[in-house]
Amino acid sequence: MNAMLTVFVKEVKENLRDKRTVMSALLYGPLIGPIIFVMLMNTIITRELNKADQPLKIPVIGAQYAPNLIDALKQQGLQPQLAIADPEAAVRNQDADVVLRIPADFGTSWRKGETSQVEMVYDSSQRETGSSVDRLRRMLETYSRHQGAMRLVARGLSPTMMAPVSVDDRDQSTPQSRAGQLFSILPYFFVLTIFMGGMYLAIDLTAGERERQSLEPLFANPVPRWQVLLGKLGAICVFSLTSLLICVVGFGVCGRIIPAEKLGMTLSLGPAFALQVLLMMVPLVILLASLQTLVAAFAKSYREAQTYLSILMMVPALPSVLLSVLPIKVANWMYTVPLLGQQVGIAQLLRGEQVTTMQISTCMASGLVIAILATLVTAWVYRSERLAISV
Amino acid sequence: MIEVRDLHKHFGTVKAVDGVSFKARDGEITGLLGPNGAGKTTTLRMLYTLMNPDKGQVLVDGIDVARDAQAVRRQLGVLPDARGLYKRLTARENIDYFARLQGMDDALIRTRREQLIQALEMADIGDRRAEGFSQGQRVKTAIARALVHDPKNVILDEPTNGLDVMATRGLRQFMRRLKDEGRCVLFSSHIMQEVAALCDRIVVIAHGRVVADETPDALRAQTGQANLEDAFVKIIGSEEGLAA
Repeated sequence: MNAMLTVFVKEVKENLRDKRTVMSALLYGPLIGPIIFVMLMNTIITRELNKADQPLKIPVIGAQYAPNLIDALKQQGLQPQLAIADPEAAVRNQDADVVLRIPADFGTSWRKGETSQVEMVYDSSQRETGSSVDRLRRMLETYSRHQGAMRLVARGLSPTMMAPVSVDDRDQSTPQSRAGQLFSILPYFFVLTIFMGGMYLAIDLTAGERERQSLEPLFANPVPRWQVLLGKLGAICVFSLTSLLICVVGFGVCGRIIPAEKLGMTLSLGPAFALQVLLMMVPLVILLASLQTLVAAFAKSYREAQTYLSILMMVPALPSVLLSVLPIKVANWMYTVPLLGQQVGIAQLLRGEQVTTMQISTCMASGLVIAILATLVTAWVYRSERLAISV
Repeated sequence: MIEVRDLHKHFGTVKAVDGVSFKARDGEITGLLGPNGAGKTTTLRMLYTLMNPDKGQVLVDGIDVARDAQAVRRQLGVLPDARGLYKRLTARENIDYFARLQGMDDALIRTRREQLIQALEMADIGDRRAEGFSQGQRVKTAIARALVHDPKNVILDEPTNGLDVMATRGLRQFMRRLKDEGRCVLFSSHIMQEVAALCDRIVVIAHGRVVADETPDALRAQTGQANLEDAFVKIIGSEEGLAA
């Protein structure tokens, strides 16, 4: 017991003196998540606000050929901008989202009762412009339908003849659930934080110590190796847990800054959120510490361990990526799978839904079982004769 | 006292240690001499329980290494071939770490640590971080942390490796002092002059076997060579790997 504590205290003290470890564990690691979250939320808010009745500013070429059309579009919220010389280039250079071009013969065909053509110049590979393009298209279609109906009425026909089926949209989504896709990558940042928080320690305490040839003298002390290992794991856990705490607090601060209520979203990133995230994440802290140590124990050098661990870092990203691409329905069994459970649970919380006590305890229990197994395997590897030999 | 009986260890097809037996007695300095790759380090690693022998027995003060490795480690002070320090800790902190792992209490740690710092003449580096220590300063710190728990038996693997003349002299004096305190000192070396200057007993190892186990005088008499260097060459059968 004492030996474990001795190892633990020494490792914490030694690593607090290492600038790189401290910076990565207490600064970059934990703050990446909240910063990306703020950026994502900004995107969502811009997108949603754009949807609302903001004037749509679009350069129009040949506005003088269709004054009635322009007037109708203005009523729908279009603010025509001055014509530009080269609309194709402007769109490609992202100077304009979309450009409306009205040809000179618009009036001629209009008066003949033929179909008059207008052109929308845009670049669909620029995702940002999508909503402007859609809005303009809808405005034009509304105008076209309206005028079509007028022409039918003028000829004594009912406009309903042209619309045998009418569709009414009843969209059940909320701004929050529309943001759900973006939210689904966020839990990965909590995992990433834990990973980054412990990574340098895990490498340093096994591969690094062997490379610096201090593992052999350490093992000459009358302390069973599993106790040395537990002391080291404890130190890794403390660093990654601190990292996680900073990250959660960071999210709390961000939750206050982001004007989510503008969209009718309720972003509750307060103490309740923090507590539930911490509970679900604690088993992962232990699991990742063990896995990192295990991987580092197989590496012959510090650099090799670093390479292996950056590959291992990709693994926790899998459930996040899968869930954000595949529309999988959340089921209870998912809480029994470490990483997936945390992923699903935190995504629920971010979406403003409840996670039950049962789900949280399932998540924790399964995580702890796997963490203990990983620790046992690591302890077994730690017993190997080769582990201590530097050369 | 350290007693080694018929020790074997192989790595793959290589027989690193192939039937080594010897005794290192209390109050004596025993030198393990042999060319590079003779099996000295592997033998010592089995003594301080880092490796398990394939066959054979090691007794430290009568305790069987195979039976109670922890107890054996408490009786041993070890300077292994690998002597890395913790660079971000001071010399004192490095020593204290091992002292705590030996289960010593704070008061005892302080007394022993300061005694060793004085004996090894390392007061000037005591509170400096190990980062940037010279080879000599590193060895001193490593020895201090190895001996902080006042072990009866001391194992040093090539202790003078990489040291300059002054540091080597100092270390030799320190080893004699350990002997005078009645400890059992066992060290390995491939430098013959060093062994000749220090040892009460010389165990010569070549190709994983003991080829001689005598006092320096007996060794000279046995080989009929007045010069120890010539005696060694004769015993080992070649000049390979023996540095002067």
